[in-house]
Amino acid sequence: MPLLEVKDLRVWFPVHGGVLRRKVGDIKAVDGVSFTIEPGQTVGLVGESGSGKTTVGRALLKLGPATSGEVFFEGRNILPLSEREFRPLRRQMQMIFQDPFGSLNPRLTCGAIIGEALTTHFKDMTAAQRRARVSDLLTQVGLKPEMASRYPHEFSGGQRQRIGIARALAVEPKFIVCDEAVSALDVSVQAQIVNLLMDLQEKLGIAYLFIAHDLAVVQHISDHVLVMHHGRIVESASSDEIYSRPQHEYTKTLLAAVPQLA
Amino acid sequence: MTTTASTASSAEVADLPLLLESPGRRMWRRFLKNPVGVTSSIVIVLFFTVALVMGICSMLGIYFPYNPNTTELTQKLLPPSAAHWLGTDNLGRDVLSRLLNGSYISLTVGFVAVAVSLFIGVTVGAISGYFGGWIDNIIMRVVDAILCFPSFFLILTAVALLGPNIMNIIVVIGLVSWTGTARLVRAEFLTLRETEYVRAAKALGIRTPGIIFRHILPNAAAPIIVTAVVGIPDAILTEAGLSFLGFGVQPPQATWGNIISDGKTYLLDAWWLIVFPGMAIFIAALAFYLAGDALRQAAESRSERK
Repeated sequence: MPLLEVKDLRVWFPVHGGVLRRKVGDIKAVDGVSFTIEPGQTVGLVGESGSGKTTVGRALLKLGPATSGEVFFEGRNILPLSEREFRPLRRQMQMIFQDPFGSLNPRLTCGAIIGEALTTHFKDMTAAQRRARVSDLLTQVGLKPEMASRYPHEFSGGQRQRIGIARALAVEPKFIVCDEAVSALDVSVQAQIVNLLMDLQEKLGIAYLFIAHDLAVVQHISDHVLVMHHGRIVESASSDEIYSRPQHEYTKTLLAAVPQLA
Repeated sequence: MTTTASTASSAEVADLPLLLESPGRRMWRRFLKNPVGVTSSIVIVLFFTVALVMGICSMLGIYFPYNPNTTELTQKLLPPSAAHWLGTDNLGRDVLSRLLNGSYISLTVGFVAVAVSLFIGVTVGAISGYFGGWIDNIIMRVVDAILCFPSFFLILTAVALLGPNIMNIIVVIGLVSWTGTARLVRAEFLTLRETEYVRAAKALGIRTPGIIFRHILPNAAAPIIVTAVVGIPDAILTEAGLSFLGFGVQPPQATWGNIISDGKTYLLDAWWLIVFPGMAIFIAALAFYLAGDALRQAAESRSERK
């Protein structure tokens, strides 16, 4: 059984017009997307800005709307679930965000940011156990335990992204959506974060949906690649295949746009 | 541990954070650099201390320099002198004593009315901005409806109906003046609920109260503090206006407004009855406005960037 199975997912945003604000049409942000992700696998999702990648990622975690379709997580359709019913499943599915500056609450310490997840999902954990777990998570993502008392503004972009990863790992998820998780970072830092994600996958068996517009990064990390264009998946193939034998015109354009180092 | 997950490397240290201090500390530092802000806060602290001391003294029955309510008809309408620094009124009461005694009532009205309006405004604005949709629509139409009434006459009518005691005045001013705060808080919530850290909190399954109180409200604190500070002189002025019209705090209790109100009959003969309480209101209101403005500038994120 696949870990995650998406069937014919659609996210349409209604467009209202005229004086009476009547619905005049839809923006089809995501239009009939289907794919599966196996446990411990990385699926890359590429496409240009506005192609609907982020909308798909949000819909999978019920952070954004879904108009129709089905999303099965371990065989259970999650889209009809209420927030209360879905909350226990949130432990299994996490997200890492694009903006390392915007994704951490500036008013909370790094330890509080990571620890908040623990207080929600591990109710019988004592304060000392929580502290120990936060230290452990910080070490896991390559930070120092004593950094727990610092505020986000005291970290660099790459370090902040590590905090974001530690926050997602805190609840021991089986699946993480990485929404442009390295796009805002310097190239050298990008490589480190990508390697960290791959190490964590090897150790913890987490599956990723790796959303990016940078084909080179996606090829490096993914087992399977989906190419998205105007809300649809135009090509789906293994990572090697898509680079050696791209089928769709759009994929060829994207590949041609990758800057080549001489 | 594998090698790649080692501690942050030099490449990461190279892209050092742009903000080396927390937003709160940065706002505070910039506020302290502004001479207008510092001066007006000193004035506010001065007024506040006087009001506090006077409030405590009057509870203990100690008055300075005279009892503000003792009439001395042989001493009526005396101009400022060594015995009566700010003169006496038509009943021979010492104006300085009344001014000092009135300060605690006037400032209490300012602070408590703002607390009431802040509580309602923040609650309503937070609900409206966070939940959005039809709840937001209904709440905002109610706010619009309240804004349609000229607020001073609404307050006047309510106080006239309920009776002009200090409690009623405070509550009514608070009940009428929360709409601006509600709109502001709503706007902040609309912006902040779309931030990635709020989305991350939702992804972690943090419940709504946690998101509102830990993630959104603390980040909306700066503009809320600014409106509160600017709201205080508004409330003081409203109370002064009500007192002037005879619907404020009732005599013999002095407030800045009703000293002017009592003195208006003698305007041409005894200017000190109007000028000194008028100056007290003016200076206090100006200090709060300027401090509020300085706070707003300090909280502004753009003004320091080059």
